[in-house]
Amino acid sequence: MGAFPDISTSIGDYVDSFVSFIDTTFEGFFDFIYLVASRTINGIDDFLMFLPWWLFIVLIFLLGWYFKTVVAGVLYSVFIFLIGTFGLWEDMMTTIAIILTAVIICLIIGIPIGVWMAFSSRFSLVTRPILDAMQTMPSFVYLIPAIFFFGLGNVSAIFATLIYALPPVIRLTELAIREVDQEVIESAQSFGSSRWQMLRKIQLPQALPTIMAGVNQTTMMALAMVVIASMVGASGLGEQVLVSINRIDIALGFEAGISIVFLAVIIDRITNGVANKFQKHRGVS
Amino acid sequence: MTTKIKLEHVSKIFGPKPKSVIPMIKQGMSKDEILAETDHTVGVYDASLDIKQGEVFVIMGLSGSGKSTLIRCFNLLNKPTDGSIYIDDEDIVKYNSSQLKKVRQEKIAMVFQHFGLFSHRTILSNVEYGLEIRNVPKEERREIAMKNIEIVGLKGYEDKYPDELSGGMQQRVGLARALANDPDILLMDEPFSALDPLIRREMQLELLDIQERLQKTIVFITHDVNEAFKIGDRVAVMKDGQVVQVGTPEEIIESPANDYISEFIKDIDRSKVFQAENVMIKPNALVSLKDGLNVAIKEMEENGISSVFVVDRQRHLQGIVTIDDAIKGKKEKKSLEDVLSTDVTVVQKDEYVNDLIPKALESKYPLAVINEEEKVIGFILRVHVLAGLAANDVNESDEYHA
Repeated sequence: MGAFPDISTSIGDYVDSFVSFIDTTFEGFFDFIYLVASRTINGIDDFLMFLPWWLFIVLIFLLGWYFKTVVAGVLYSVFIFLIGTFGLWEDMMTTIAIILTAVIICLIIGIPIGVWMAFSSRFSLVTRPILDAMQTMPSFVYLIPAIFFFGLGNVSAIFATLIYALPPVIRLTELAIREVDQEVIESAQSFGSSRWQMLRKIQLPQALPTIMAGVNQTTMMALAMVVIASMVGASGLGEQVLVSINRIDIALGFEAGISIVFLAVIIDRITNGVANKFQKHRGVS
Repeated sequence: MTTKIKLEHVSKIFGPKPKSVIPMIKQGMSKDEILAETDHTVGVYDASLDIKQGEVFVIMGLSGSGKSTLIRCFNLLNKPTDGSIYIDDEDIVKYNSSQLKKVRQEKIAMVFQHFGLFSHRTILSNVEYGLEIRNVPKEERREIAMKNIEIVGLKGYEDKYPDELSGGMQQRVGLARALANDPDILLMDEPFSALDPLIRREMQLELLDIQERLQKTIVFITHDVNEAFKIGDRVAVMKDGQVVQVGTPEEIIESPANDYISEFIKDIDRSKVFQAENVMIKPNALVSLKDGLNVAIKEMEENGISSVFVVDRQRHLQGIVTIDDAIKGKKEKKSLEDVLSTDVTVVQKDEYVNDLIPKALESKYPLAVINEEEKVIGFILRVHVLAGLAANDVNESDEYHA
């Protein structure tokens, strides 16, 4: 018969006890992280809600104008205004706060790892499969340990988002640093630069456009994760989508969904615009 | 002249275990055999050079001959696998990293084939870079950078970015950046190869001009023979990672060490390498004014020549007299002074053959060659100019009768 013989390895159980072990052993550590993350999210959220609604729209317009075109600026502010008319203003702000927090942490962790990978082929070799796993594992799976460590709420959402959105910025940082023109490196060396001067004054600035492309991808993935993360109690637009599914509320589902699309377009175009600004003058070898 | 840089048996091998290959080369295995057998690439093998203070030393070779690998040994961008490199009598191969940094910051600067400019920095801050990493105060480094931007003729472009400049201008930035460090030694890795011919010629002249003012020791890499012979005081020719000949351009052209070099210099524009001194004939006979017509005629008959230069006691040129004029003058009882023709074209001994061609064509007499003290040291006929362009050994030509 075609049935698989009765051999079982219960790796899942081991992972389970491993996660429990970590949870109890590093409880203080997780509490600390929880505190920092929730403070950051709430701080950003409070700040965004503190801004008068029209000022926020003007800010979006200015960003669109500076990094893209006037038309883009107008379009983006209309999008934001529409989200407001759906009655989702506060949810949008929470979503932006979660994304911003996740992206900031991603950069703080991701860029140094990427730089290290660029300098050490061995470290790169070890890290790469882990990054592959992080990206291909169904993102729902991350929600389970997230609840374990941080309970329900926005911090769990950030944790899950981090794991999912971290790889692009790491990969592109590594790629960017490795791709800096050899002659540029040699010329910086020939002037007697130290390793740190080389990294800070030459490699990172030269790599910045590509790193920004990584930031753009990371941001978009964080946004995609927002809806999924609402299953572990993240508030914001994702929560509204979840509610609409439970209630089979097409109207709310559409409004919350289209709001996420609007947000995605705005964030993508603006971070893209930032990357292009950096790209200017960096075309020559 | 004192020795500035001395290379002793420098080898550079690329691969996982470079040292292990050295004995194999010593046994006489070729570059290709070593690559096939051990997967190591021989970049440079056993290069010994002696570069003098203030000279322009050119390393010439085809691509793959190891010249770029070699020049990168001078500032240890490539650390030699074997051998020593002395700069001012100190072996820099033995330096630790902080000593090396100091040498790179203070003594050696490099100019790259594709410029190696920092595209995220303005021209000014590109030129400032070397000073910046030495922690020179901002005001001072700005001043030095501006001065060097002016030297290379880019004043007014300091706030532009490299991508806003043409190739020639970008390489000027590369040059200014290297000069800003005020190095003793300037390494130039095919600096003009990426430029189009017109700009290249202009840059070559400008480099010579700058060199005249600043008197650096320049190591210059090129694959272009004409460029090498134009700007090099001395030239080293490389082939398959080895230095095959070192010498002045004239030495190399006159006695190429092997067929490879002969082939290499085949299409050199000799008229721009050879000078009057190289093609002239030393006169067997010179006549002094007070010697008179009879002596002049006798000298010409004995030497089988048809004209002779007339000089004073200091060998300063007075004129020329031909055999016909002399015989005619003798019949008419004239003096040497009466038949003397002063319509002689005089050339300096270091004038290039290229510049002699029109003069030789216009003059009806031989060209008189003089030295710095204006003494006559030789003469040139049209045929010598031609011979200088074609033959290997100018002096073998027998036809020096006018």
